[in-house]
Amino acid sequence: MAEICGAEVDEEGFLVDLSDWNKEIAVEMAKGDDIELSEEHWDVINFLRDYFEEYQIAPAVRVLTKAIGKQFGKEKGNSKYLYSLFPYGPGKQGCRFAGLPKPTGCI
Amino acid sequence: MSTKKFMYLNRKAPYGTVYALESLEVVLIAAAFEQDVSLAFIDDGVYQIVEGQNTDGIGMKNFSKTFHALGDYDINQLYVSAESLEERGLSADDLMPLIYEDEDDDWAEKPSVKIVSNAELSKLMSDQDVCLSF
Repeated sequence: MAEICGAEVDEEGFLVDLSDWNKEIAVEMAKGDDIELSEEHWDVINFLRDYFEEYQIAPAVRVLTKAIGKQFGKEKGNSKYLYSLFPYGPGKQGCRFAGLPKPTGCI
Repeated sequence: MSTKKFMYLNRKAPYGTVYALESLEVVLIAAAFEQDVSLAFIDDGVYQIVEGQNTDGIGMKNFSKTFHALGDYDINQLYVSAESLEERGLSADDLMPLIYEDEDDDWAEKPSVKIVSNAELSKLMSDQDVCLSF
């Protein structure tokens, strides 16, 4: 089983124990994908973590896009912007960095 | 893709079996396909949306919070059997205040839960293309 900063991850790189998450893990995971986390990345990661805390699920991309637009401005509420931050998909890659399970309905 | 009317029937208590959680997962997946989705809560299924659930004592995930996300997924038709509530000594006030934002009405918050008689419920079921029972 692979590890990141001592935390176990599954074959797709998602944390096995969600409570292991910390910011260094997110930074390391991003590094592995050749991404340096910017403030904009953290906005989305923190949003995902808050959403999970509130609803116990990772949001579908459609729901995420709408909510980001509402919270951070219309110009950010589209998949082009989100994919520019998370090229492997804001749901899949974003949730992985945020230490959440793979979103429900994400294939 | 044509839109079909899907109704998910929830008949079992939220914990003790995996039916309730599985139903909710399937509902959320189906929502991604933009179908006309409604939920019905019948028999012990009404306990799934009772306010103030606490799972500390049984070591299971309290997934009742997830029902609050349904509005974001455009799932805003939650029908509850009036008879099932009454048989259990419950009323509308015991249920979670689940709401959605109506896009066509300046995002006004509206209740998603409707309490209906079993007769109305059976009519709603007969209007569906697909009914899935959990």
